[in-house]
Amino acid sequence: MSATTIKASDHAAEPLVWGNPQFRDVTQTVSEIVEARQTPLWWWVAISISGALMLNFLVMIAYLFWTGIGIWGNNMPVAWGWPIVNFVFWVGIGHAGTLISAVLFLLRQKWRTSINRFAEAMTIFAVICALIFPGLHLGRIWVAYFMFPIPNQMAMWPNFRSALMWDIFAVGTYFTASFLFWYTGLVPDWATLRDRAKDKWRRIIYGVLAMGWRGGNKQWKHYEVAYLLLAGISTPLVLSVHSVVSTDFATSIQFGWHTTIFPPYFVAGAIFSGFGMVMTLAILARIVYPPVKNYMTITTLERMAKVIMLTGMMVGYAYIMEFFMAWYSGNKYEQFVFINRMTGPYGWAYWIMFSCNVIIPQMFWSQKLRRSVPVLFVASIFVNIGMWFERFVIVMTMHRDFLPSSWGLFKPTFYDIAILAGSFGLFFTLFLLFLRFVPMIAISEVKGVLPQAQVSHHHGSHTGEGER
Amino acid sequence: MKTTGTIQGALAEFDSPQALLDAATQVRKAGYRNWDCHSPFPIHGMDDAMGEKRSPLGWFVSIAAIAGFAVALYFQYWTSAVAYPIIISGKTYFSYMAFFPITFAVTVLFSVLTTVFGLVTLIRHAFHHPVFHSDNFSRASDDGFFVSVMGDDPRFDPKGTLEFLTSIGGRNVELLQEAQG
Repeated sequence: MSATTIKASDHAAEPLVWGNPQFRDVTQTVSEIVEARQTPLWWWVAISISGALMLNFLVMIAYLFWTGIGIWGNNMPVAWGWPIVNFVFWVGIGHAGTLISAVLFLLRQKWRTSINRFAEAMTIFAVICALIFPGLHLGRIWVAYFMFPIPNQMAMWPNFRSALMWDIFAVGTYFTASFLFWYTGLVPDWATLRDRAKDKWRRIIYGVLAMGWRGGNKQWKHYEVAYLLLAGISTPLVLSVHSVVSTDFATSIQFGWHTTIFPPYFVAGAIFSGFGMVMTLAILARIVYPPVKNYMTITTLERMAKVIMLTGMMVGYAYIMEFFMAWYSGNKYEQFVFINRMTGPYGWAYWIMFSCNVIIPQMFWSQKLRRSVPVLFVASIFVNIGMWFERFVIVMTMHRDFLPSSWGLFKPTFYDIAILAGSFGLFFTLFLLFLRFVPMIAISEVKGVLPQAQVSHHHGSHTGEGER
Repeated sequence: MKTTGTIQGALAEFDSPQALLDAATQVRKAGYRNWDCHSPFPIHGMDDAMGEKRSPLGWFVSIAAIAGFAVALYFQYWTSAVAYPIIISGKTYFSYMAFFPITFAVTVLFSVLTTVFGLVTLIRHAFHHPVFHSDNFSRASDDGFFVSVMGDDPRFDPKGTLEFLTSIGGRNVELLQEAQG
């Protein structure tokens, strides 16, 4: 019926969780991180740095609103610049969480139970970062409400044929769905923390968050259906969101953008970059909380490396196919865009992108490298860098259009860099708060995949495994 | 045990998911109606053992999805073709193909919200429940497996029910009553 009750027999070779923990050990390992009276020193150091960056983000945004987007490098012909690069970058990262929680759930990949909470949290924080950038890029923040279909005194309505409107609905829905999915998964774990709480305030706060969860089967039966529904609904949503983001580009008449390959290419890239970021964060979490290693095992990391390699090859296929289609179309403008990408003023960015996204993941053909934590960590950083550059390369297509007289170059300013760094500050601040205050592994789901959670049936009505 | 409030039910602990599943079959056969099995994770086959009906949530969500689809499509038609008709890129007023991405997003939004709010309603969300009177019950979210029988069950009888729960293998059998003072 659900991830938590799938039979343990299909992958008997290696347990999903190492160290043969009892139910109580799972509760203890995960909860004590949240309950610890002493916040570790590294946490204070880390949040001081990320918090400072986040404050810098807020100051920069205030300055931007005060002065206008002239402080950025955006100008004709590259009107989009870094805000759109950063937007697409963060939305892309935000794809791994729901992919892991929804798609892998439907595909019955039980190894997802140890990383889904973690990855969903990362998704939510990445989407928060992403949602900020289009708002900043508006320039006229006081008319931000034009983005939403709100009745107004001018009797004006938004243009729903515009890809930018599609984007608002797609990303807004994605945020809501991801957040609710994450929260639903958390309810039984909030109850665990409530029941373990030693002081009154903890009990009240976690009690409210747990919404009176009492683990009764009359609750679980609805819960499991809700979880399955959320997974089923979120699966097409994951695939649609970055497709819609790609239509921001693909519905324009710009050569290099106006292609039908964009939606699947963007989705593959999003999953690729999302897994890269989950990998980076999972390895860091393993370092700072060693007991977590039994849950986010090296085998789980290896599986993620395989997904990274697969999606990296899809992205590589898209890069090459774009070139092929440019040649095959016989259209000299289209051909020029791609030759220019490779050899033009931003050719260096193209080659960074190509090396990080296509060449580096190829090393994961070797099992030894897939199971080496330092190698995985370095590779995941390269994936993050490569995917930022992919969006940079795509946006920079604007810099040489049909008329050579209107060609120009884009140069980021100090404010571009400070705002990008600031968005990382916001992301890591939220993530550090998550690690400290929220159970980072889905306690009840992990218990459900332990061998001792499995039961046999000897009451007639139930035949066969799987969905009823 | 803390003493003397109204008796609101009975609680028994079992050793393992399997023991709880077997106990559930017994409680159902004994004819109890208002009872539940509590576990830290969902147990496969428990719905059958308890004789529980399938959750109706899927129907609610199907209706919400259809409503979301219809509302989104109609709203885009009304704004673009009736309330504020302007021609953009030579497209017709009701360019339904261009409206599809938003229609899809709103369908998903309605479905997700209905799933979660439907869940909150169906699980009978309540901060107070007789089972919380037991100190032992805090382990239901850790490693404890419990059967609870509510006091308003027609077959409930403080003495008889406790004996019954013991007879089917329950440990730490206790009555659920409000602590006084």
